[in-house]
Amino acid sequence: MPREDVMKWLRSQFMPHIWCPGCGHGIIMHAMLRALTSLGKDPGKTVISSGIGCSSRMPGYIDSCTLHTAHGRSLAFATGVKLSNPELTVIDVMGDGDCSAIGGNHFIHACRRNIGICAIVMNNNIYGMTGGQASPTTPIGAIATTAPYGAVDPPFDICRLAIGAGATFVARATIAQPQMCETIIKKGIQHDGFSVIEIMTHCHTQFGRKNKRGRPLDNFNYFKDRSVMKAKADGMAPDELDGKYVIGELFFDSNVEEYTKKYDKVIEKAGR
Amino acid sequence: MPRAEFWQGNKAIAMGGIDAGCRFFGGYPITPSTEIAEVMAEELPKLGGRFIQMEDEIGGIAATIGASITGRKAMTGTSGPGFSLKQELLGYGYIAEIPFVCVDVQRGGPSTGLPTKVSQGDVMQARWGTHGDHATIAYAPSSVQECYDLTVKAFNASERFRQPVLILSDEVVGHMRERIVIPDACSLEITDRKKPSVPPDQFIPYLADPCDDIPPMASFGDGYHWHVTGLTSNDWGFPTNNAADIDRKITRIIDKVEKRRSEVVEYAAEGCEDAEILVVSFGCVSRSALRAVRELRSRGAKVGHFRPITIWPFADRELEDIVKASRVKHVIVPELNMGQMFLEIDRAIHGHCETHSKTLLNGELFKPAQIISYIEEVA
Repeated sequence: MPREDVMKWLRSQFMPHIWCPGCGHGIIMHAMLRALTSLGKDPGKTVISSGIGCSSRMPGYIDSCTLHTAHGRSLAFATGVKLSNPELTVIDVMGDGDCSAIGGNHFIHACRRNIGICAIVMNNNIYGMTGGQASPTTPIGAIATTAPYGAVDPPFDICRLAIGAGATFVARATIAQPQMCETIIKKGIQHDGFSVIEIMTHCHTQFGRKNKRGRPLDNFNYFKDRSVMKAKADGMAPDELDGKYVIGELFFDSNVEEYTKKYDKVIEKAGR
Repeated sequence: MPRAEFWQGNKAIAMGGIDAGCRFFGGYPITPSTEIAEVMAEELPKLGGRFIQMEDEIGGIAATIGASITGRKAMTGTSGPGFSLKQELLGYGYIAEIPFVCVDVQRGGPSTGLPTKVSQGDVMQARWGTHGDHATIAYAPSSVQECYDLTVKAFNASERFRQPVLILSDEVVGHMRERIVIPDACSLEITDRKKPSVPPDQFIPYLADPCDDIPPMASFGDGYHWHVTGLTSNDWGFPTNNAADIDRKITRIIDKVEKRRSEVVEYAAEGCEDAEILVVSFGCVSRSALRAVRELRSRGAKVGHFRPITIWPFADRELEDIVKASRVKHVIVPELNMGQMFLEIDRAIHGHCETHSKTLLNGELFKPAQIISYIEEVA
C-alpha cells in the first residue's frame, strides 16, 4: 500500500485502473508520485500530460492538473502549457510508440528547445492497448501481431535519440529498480531544462506472451539480469553491452538555458 | 481614438486577435497565411504574450490548446494542407471544450495544390473535417476591415461557447491591402470565458450550467485539479462508456451552439427587397458579385446579393425567409469550388425558385463581368 502522502495524489474514485494485473506501469506511477511528494509539489501547480496508450491513461488517476491529449501530441500540448505558464511543473508521460513513432517529431523538437518539461517514456517495446503491434523499440526478431515472423525494423535507443537532439538531462532505469526510478524522476523534475527519463517496463500480456516473458516476474528478472550501471558500462566494450540496459544518469548539461527563460528575454527585448 | 491603417487582411486578423485579448500563438509557416504568424511573432512579446513556431501544423494547434487550458486566449493559423493536418486536434478542441481561434486562409487544393492562388475549397472541411459530430462556428471575412472585426467576434464566440472557432479567409482577402479603421480599444466588446464560482473541492469540470449548456472553465495553475481528455467523458471529465452519459455529452456540445444559432448567424443582404435574381456569395467572391449587382441595379435590374458572414452555422433559415418573402425567381451561387456552399443553399431554398451553381477552380477570382453574364443568362 502506498504511503498516505502518496495516496493523496490519487483519484481513487476512478479506480480500478485499466492496466493488467502485474503491469509495470504502476511501479513507474508510484515512483513518480513518490518523487512529487518528496519534492513537496503542489498538485494545483503540477500538470501531468500524456498521449494515447496504456501508459497515457496514467494522468487520469492522478489528482492534479491532468491533460490526456491525442496520440503522439502530448509534448506539443505540454509545450504550450509550459510556455504559457512557466511557473507550472510539467511532466509528460508517454509510451514508446507515442514518443518515438507518431510523436517522434515533437519529441526531438522538445529536446532541441530544452523546454522545462520532464518527459517520462514508459518503454515496453510494444503497442499494448491496441493488442501487441510492433513499435519503434520492438527488438529485431521479436514477435508482434504486425511482425508475425519477427520484427525487421531496427529499434530506436530513446536515450541516445534524446541526447542527440539536445535534451539536457537523460537517464534510464528499469522497473526492476523502483528506487532508482524515483531518484531519476526526481532529478528530472528538478532539472531546469528538458529531461528525458526512460523507464524500461513490460507488457507481459501483449509482448511477453509471444516472446517467452509471459509472467510479470519473468520480466522483472529479465530487466534485473540485463541492467548495467552507467559507470560500469563506460568500461565495457560495445559487444559486451549488446542486449543490456545501461541505467543511471546518462547525460547532464547545466550550461544550456531553459526555453521559457530565453523567451522571457525575447519579451524584454521586444518591450524596449 | 479610432485610427485608420492601410493593412493586408492577414495583418488585420493578427491585430484583431491581439485586440480581442489573444496572448498566445502556436504556428507553422504556410502560404498564404504566414503573415499572421509573422505579425504575431513581432507583436505578442511586446505585450508579454508568447509566440512559438512549432515543428509542424499539428504542433501549432496542440500548443495553442495547451496555452488556452492555462487561461490564455490563444490562436493558430494556417492554409491548405495545414488545415487538413489540424483537423484531428480541432476535434480535440470540440470534445474537450477548449476555446481558441483557428484561421484558415484558403488556397487551391487538393494537396499542395495552389499555394499562392485562391480557392474556397475548405467550406465543407471546416464543417466536417474532423471525425465525429460537433457544432461549427466559422466566420468568412470579405474585406480587411472584416478580417479585424470578425477575428474579435471569433474570439468572443470561442470564449462564450467554449469551443474552437474558425476564420475561413482566403488568399485574396488575406493578401489584399485596403483602408481599415481600428476602433478605440475600450469600445471593443470583449467576452471572457466563464470561470468556476465554486471552490476547487466542489468543482465538477464538465457540469454545464443549465442556462447555457456550458460548463465554467478553470485554468491549469489557478488551484483547480481537473482532467482534460479527448475521450468522450462524463461530467467529471473522466472517460465513460455509459450510453446515457455519451449521448448527453455529445448532444450538449452540439446544442450549446445550435440552440443559440440565431445569436451567432450573421449575413449581409443588399437589394433583396425587390430582387428577382439573387446572387449568393461569400469571402472574396462577394467583392466581384457585389460590384456586378450594384452595376446592374444602377441600370434598373431587380438583382440582389446575399452574403453569409458566418459560413457556419449557415444562414439557411434567413436565406429561405428572404427568398420566400420576395419575388426571387433565380438564385445564382458563384464560388471558388465545385459547389460546396451551393448544396447548403439548394437545401435551404426548398425548391422555392431555380438555383444555379457557378464554379471556378482555376486559382483565379470571378470578374464582375462574368457574374453579370451569369445574371443576364437567367434574366
